[in-house]
Amino acid sequence: MADQDPALGVVRGGGAAQARTAGAAQVIPLPGRSGRHATPAGDRCDAEVADVVAMPTAAGRAGRSDHVDADEESVPAQLKRALDFVRDRLTGDYDVDEFGFDAQLTEALVLPALRVLYDKWFRVTTSGAENLPATGGALLVFNHSGTLPLDALMAAVAVHDASGRHARHLAADLVFKLPFVGPFARKAGYTLACNPDAERLLSGGELVGVFPEGFKGIGKPFSSRYKLQRFGRGGFVSAALRTRVPIVPCAIVGAEEIYPKIADLKPLARLLGLPYFPITPFFPLFGPLGAIPLPTKWHIEFGEPVRTDRMTEDADDPMAVFTLADQVRETIQQMLYARLAQRKSIFRG
Amino acid sequence: MPSRIVLVTGVGGELGGKLLARLGNNPDFQRVIGVDTVPPAPHVAARMGRAEFVRADIRNPLIAKIIAASEVDTVVHASTTAHPAGPARRTAVKEMNVIGTMRLLAACQRSPLVRKLVVKSTAAVYGTDARSPAVFDEDAPLRPPSAQGFVADAVEVENYVRGLQRRRPDIAVTVVRFTNLIGPQVDTVTTRYFALPVVPTILGYDARIQLLHAADALSVLELAAVEDKPGVFNVGGDGVLTLSQAIRQAGRVELPLPKAMLPSIGRMLRGARLVDFSPDRIQLLQHGLVVDTTKVKREFGFVPRWSTQEAFDDYVQGRGLRPVVDGGAMTESLSRVAFAAARRM
Repeated sequence: MADQDPALGVVRGGGAAQARTAGAAQVIPLPGRSGRHATPAGDRCDAEVADVVAMPTAAGRAGRSDHVDADEESVPAQLKRALDFVRDRLTGDYDVDEFGFDAQLTEALVLPALRVLYDKWFRVTTSGAENLPATGGALLVFNHSGTLPLDALMAAVAVHDASGRHARHLAADLVFKLPFVGPFARKAGYTLACNPDAERLLSGGELVGVFPEGFKGIGKPFSSRYKLQRFGRGGFVSAALRTRVPIVPCAIVGAEEIYPKIADLKPLARLLGLPYFPITPFFPLFGPLGAIPLPTKWHIEFGEPVRTDRMTEDADDPMAVFTLADQVRETIQQMLYARLAQRKSIFRG
Repeated sequence: MPSRIVLVTGVGGELGGKLLARLGNNPDFQRVIGVDTVPPAPHVAARMGRAEFVRADIRNPLIAKIIAASEVDTVVHASTTAHPAGPARRTAVKEMNVIGTMRLLAACQRSPLVRKLVVKSTAAVYGTDARSPAVFDEDAPLRPPSAQGFVADAVEVENYVRGLQRRRPDIAVTVVRFTNLIGPQVDTVTTRYFALPVVPTILGYDARIQLLHAADALSVLELAAVEDKPGVFNVGGDGVLTLSQAIRQAGRVELPLPKAMLPSIGRMLRGARLVDFSPDRIQLLQHGLVVDTTKVKREFGFVPRWSTQEAFDDYVQGRGLRPVVDGGAMTESLSRVAFAAARRM
């Protein structure tokens, strides 16, 4: 994973907009087993934006049929790519990292699907893309809200568009307990929120997203929107201190209003083994329709990184860890307030 | 002080037998003795070199006599099986694993000449569920998935080994925890599972699997026997496959079943003597298990020659698995249709 980053840095150097118009046009993906390792993340999703030249190689694995032949000149490149994708999926010819992250699937299906919601429904804008490092590990700390973790999904799109790199979010164990959701989350790059996983990802040079408010945050009632809850046990800070990576405070505005949770059916939640059972003005009153999020206008801001590489604090000193966690929390809270003060309308931004 | 006289258990098995042959052809050893209740396979016995085979049961006190009389200084305990290939009798395997190990360790403790012990264990000892980290390192706690299964036995065996270590700190103990072994000639539950034409999986879950090629497992055991590398080491191939991916690569048909149905399917497969489908296996198939192998790479200087992907390819090709469904051919025909349609437009 880490060896891809320099290449991305070159292509995406100028931030999202530039990369998607000018930079990506030079990207020549080489589908196939040999090319896949070197293919920078992200070119597949940019296919609609830039004219990507597909060059099928004959580097299929021995005993497997090769890529769809290049003699079909008249066929659009997109169709060829789609068929290559289908072939790779059907023959199992793709790579999965040790956390279960399936970059090919994420780029070809997950991110494009989420981008529809991102662009059309929530009309997400971002700022501070320059605060995301082009290479190396960093810990992105987000506020959490929304009853369903749509903010995490949108944050993944935002990080990918802003830096060309995949956000590797940490998720609660409930996610991995759920059938279908658990394996899907792993394939989309999520892993369990625990220190070993966080440190392994960070020392592997990944961008790791955390939501330290946890269930207290995502299940917060409408009345306490944009009020950051307690930041867990500060485990994320010790992970960053141990691996000496910067902590990037990030604020998501707009997500806290998508499902206005006005009550919580605790007994039903207990019965279903869920952390909460939300009552919103539309759910469960309108059944599945109530699960449609309100089309609020979102803004995701990446704040100034807190550098830990020159800090003298010890990751095993709980006091230092709590202080730093509080500092990060305070920063995000201020970012939220600043943004909210500028916002004129919930739905139009 | 280098090892001179080495005793290997479980030489009747594929891995133990090959290890005996390797050590028997290693001039560093003065004497190599293999013990088991069954002799090594003929193709192994033919290439055993100077190694000797003694038919002995490690559960029998005789083993202590062999260790003392032949002045064994290194014991390689390779007979433990965490995942018997076929449906084995639970009590028989437990007897062999747990009681056999206890007896063997007791003999080691008694003999003052023994100064090195190598134990083959399994990475399944970590147990795995939704709360497990994605990758286990050697310090992770051991949580067997069930109190009864083979994995619980493996944890018990490791506990006895730790006990011995405490009582005889002069013995250098190396424990190697292998991920699922695979290879063309290997007969384990994993190799039988992927050879099924229709592979039952758990609906809604797709585990990550990490495989270890049998040749690499052998190299590690040999290295551990030759060099002094005390400690616990995870051993597995680099990289992972997901279960569904592996099934597709092998050209099998995946059959996702609700988790509640699996025990009865497991009983059926057991009854048909095809493959063992224990609760331990079901847990592995649900959540998957991946181990960190940096320690063995650093301290043994050992880099697996086969990654998980390569080991699996070797297995598929070596076994001559003919695809039941051919994804490549399916795409060929799909692309022919699609190209034709695109040209017409």
